Amino acid sequence: MDGGNGKYHLLKSESKRFFRFFLSELKPKGPLLTPFNIVAAIIISVGMVLIVIRFATGLGSVTNLSQEFPWGIWIGFDVVTGVAFAGGAYVLTFMVYILRLEKYHSVVRITVVNGFLAYVFYAGALLLDLGRPWNVINPIIGNNFGVSSVMFLVAWHFMLYMMAEFVEFSPAVAEWLGWKRIHKVLSSLTLAAVIFGITLSTLHQSGLGALFLMAKNKIHPLWYSEFIPILFFVSSIFAGLSMVIFEGSISHKVFRHRLSREAHEKHDDIVLGLGRICAGTMFVYFFLKVLVFLHGQHWSYLDTPWGYWFLVEIIGFVVVPGGLYTQAVRTRNISLIKIASGITLAGIILNRLNVSVIAFKWYAPHHYIPHWMEIWITLTVVFAELIVLRWIVNRMPILSDPPAWAQKKKELKRTIKYIPLEEEKEEWTVSTM
Amino acid sequence: MERRDFIKTLGVMGGTVLSGRKLHAEQKAKADDKEFVGILVDTTRCVGCQACSEACAEAHGLPEPDLDEEITMQRKTSTTQWTVIRGDEDKEIYVKTQCMHCNQPACASACPTQAMYKTPEGPVIWREDKCMGCRFCMISCPFDIPKFEYDSPIPKIQKCIMCWDRLQEGEEPACTETCPEEAIIFGKRRNLLEEARSRIYNNPDDYVHYIYGENEAGGTGYIYLSAIPFEELGFRTDIDKKAYPELTTEFLYSVPVILTLWPAFLLALNKATKPDEENEESED
Ligand code: SF4
Ligand code: SF4
Repeated sequence: MDGGNGKYHLLKSESKRFFRFFLSELKPKGPLLTPFNIVAAIIISVGMVLIVIRFATGLGSVTNLSQEFPWGIWIGFDVVTGVAFAGGAYVLTFMVYILRLEKYHSVVRITVVNGFLAYVFYAGALLLDLGRPWNVINPIIGNNFGVSSVMFLVAWHFMLYMMAEFVEFSPAVAEWLGWKRIHKVLSSLTLAAVIFGITLSTLHQSGLGALFLMAKNKIHPLWYSEFIPILFFVSSIFAGLSMVIFEGSISHKVFRHRLSREAHEKHDDIVLGLGRICAGTMFVYFFLKVLVFLHGQHWSYLDTPWGYWFLVEIIGFVVVPGGLYTQAVRTRNISLIKIASGITLAGIILNRLNVSVIAFKWYAPHHYIPHWMEIWITLTVVFAELIVLRWIVNRMPILSDPPAWAQKKKELKRTIKYIPLEEEKEEWTVSTM
Repeated sequence: MERRDFIKTLGVMGGTVLSGRKLHAEQKAKADDKEFVGILVDTTRCVGCQACSEACAEAHGLPEPDLDEEITMQRKTSTTQWTVIRGDEDKEIYVKTQCMHCNQPACASACPTQAMYKTPEGPVIWREDKCMGCRFCMISCPFDIPKFEYDSPIPKIQKCIMCWDRLQEGEEPACTETCPEEAIIFGKRRNLLEEARSRIYNNPDDYVHYIYGENEAGGTGYIYLSAIPFEELGFRTDIDKKAYPELTTEFLYSVPVILTLWPAFLLALNKATKPDEENEESED
C-alpha cells in the first residue's frame, strides 16, 4: 500500500521468513510408517475415491438413502452426533472464562481446537450430503433467507460458531508463528468470542433437535416430543465433557511429549471435576427424560420391542454411566471415570441415531441401513480430522505451555486469581444442580 | 416494506431469526385472507383411467407413465411421476395422489433457501436455482411428497406444482382439464369446500361425512371426498390438524430472546466472578 522502502523490505523479508517457516512446519514430524498412519492413509485414499464417485454420479451411488429415508448416518452421526461431541468447547469456555474456574484452564485450548475441527469436518460433512452444494451460497449471501427454517438457523450458527472458536484459539496460532503484537489483539477478543460462542452453542445444540420437530408423525413416540431441543441441549453438556475426558485420556498417551507439566499434575483433579459435572447433568437429563415420558403418556409402548430399546438407551446408557460417574468421583477412581465417559459417548451416539435414523419411520417395512461406503466416508472424515488435529497439536502450544513471552502476563494473573481447590468444588455442586 | 426487509437482514446478519413471530403472523395472514386455489377430488367418481397421470407427464416433460403397472394402495409418487392413482382394482376404488399444497406447508417453512415456496395463489412450487438439496423438506412434509433424484449429480426435487406455469397463463391444471369423469375439479379452495359440503349434504348415503384436507396439517389445497373411511383409502389419519410450521414456532420464538439475554447474562456473570476490585456491579 504505502510506506517507505525500508518498511517494504521488512515486510518482504518477514513474509519470506513466514513462508519458509510455514513450509517447514508442513512436513510431518516423527516416523511416517506407524500403524495409525498406514490405516489412515488407506482409509482416506479410498474415501477420496468414494467422494469423487459420489459427486460424479449422485448420492444414490454410495448411499442407501431413499425417498423414505432422506437422511442417513451422514446427518445422524457426522452432523448431529459430531456436534454434540463438540459441545465440550462451550461448556469449558463457560467454566474458565465466565466462571473463572482456573483449574480447568489447561484443557481449554485442546478442547476448543477439537471443537473447532469437529465443526469444520463434521459440519463440513454436511456438504457431502447436500444434493446441490453449490447453492449453499444462497442462504449465506442472502440470496434467499429461509428465516422460518430451523435448518437455516442451524447452518448460520455453525458458521458463526466456527469463527468464534477460531478467534478463541487464534492466540495459539499467533504464539506458534511468533506474532507478538497480533497475539495481544487476538487475546483481547477472547471474552467476546466466548460469550458469543456460548450463546450460539445453546441455540444450535438445541436447534439440531428442533430439526426433527416437524417429523412428528414419523419418529417413534418414545423419542419424539416437543422437548427434543431441550433434551439435545442438556445432553450436549455431558456429551461434550465426556468427550473431553475420553479424549484426554487418549491424547495423554499419544502426546505425552507435548504435555505441559501443569497439565500432568492437574489432570486427575480436572478429570474428577468434569466427572462430577457429567454425573450432575446426566441425572438432570434422566429426570427430564422421565418427565417427558410421563407427559407423553406412552406407557403402552413400553412393553414392545421399541420400548425395550428405549429402556436400553435410558437405563443402560444414561443411568448406568451416570451412576458410574458418581461412584468414580466419590472414590476418586480415574479409570472408572474413563469407562463411564466411554459408555456415555456410546449412549449419545445411540440417542442421536435413534431420533434421526433408527426410530425415524419406525413403521416402514424396509428400514434404512447404511451402505458400507457411507460408513467408509464417515471414517474418512474422522481420520482426516484426527490428522489435522495431530498436526496442530504437534506444532502449536495447545497441550504444551505457551512460549514465555505470551505467558508472562498470564502467570501473573494466575497467582492473583488462585482459588483454593476445596472452595471450587463447593461451587460446582451448587452450579450443576 | 423496505424497513422490514432491512430489519430482517440485520437480524439474519446477527445470526438470528428475529422474525419468528412476525413471520408466522405473516404466513397466517396469507393463509386467512388470500384466496388460495385448490383441487377437489371426489374419489367416488374416479374410475382409475389414469388420464390425469398421462396429462401431468406430458405437461411437465416427464416420461410417459406405464399404464399397465398394477394399481395398489401402497403406490407412491416418484421423481418421474408427480401424480399417481393408488387404489384397489378389485374393489374399484381409486385415489389420485400428489402434493397436497398445504395452506401452511411444512416443506416451505423447512426450506433454508425458500426453494420450496408457497405462492400467493396457493400452489407450492420448487425453484431449481435456489435449492441446495438438503432434503429437509422431505423430512418435514407430513405426506412424504417431495422426491429427490438420488441418481443424478445435479439432483432435483420433484413434486406436483399444481401446474403453476399453466395457471400463470390463465389455464387450469392439466389433470383437472383432462379428467373425463370430473372427479377432480379446480377452483378457489373456499368454493371447493362448499361444493364438497353440499355433495355430502345432498347425498348423505354416498359419502363418509368428512372432508380430508379441510383441516389436515392446518388445511390443504387438495381436498378429498370418499365413500369409505379414509384410512381404508390409504390416507394417514394421524396427521395433526394444526399447521406443521407451528411445531417449530416456539423454538424459533426463543431464538431472539436467548440471543439477546444470554450474552448480557454471561457478561454479568463474568463480572460477578471477578475476584477483587470493581465488583460492585450486580448481576441479576
Ligand atoms: S404435501 Fe408436503 S410437499 Fe406438498 S405442500 Fe404439503 S408439506 Fe409441502
Ligand atoms: S432439498 Fe431443496 S427444496 Fe428441499 S428443503 Fe432443502 S433446499 Fe429446500
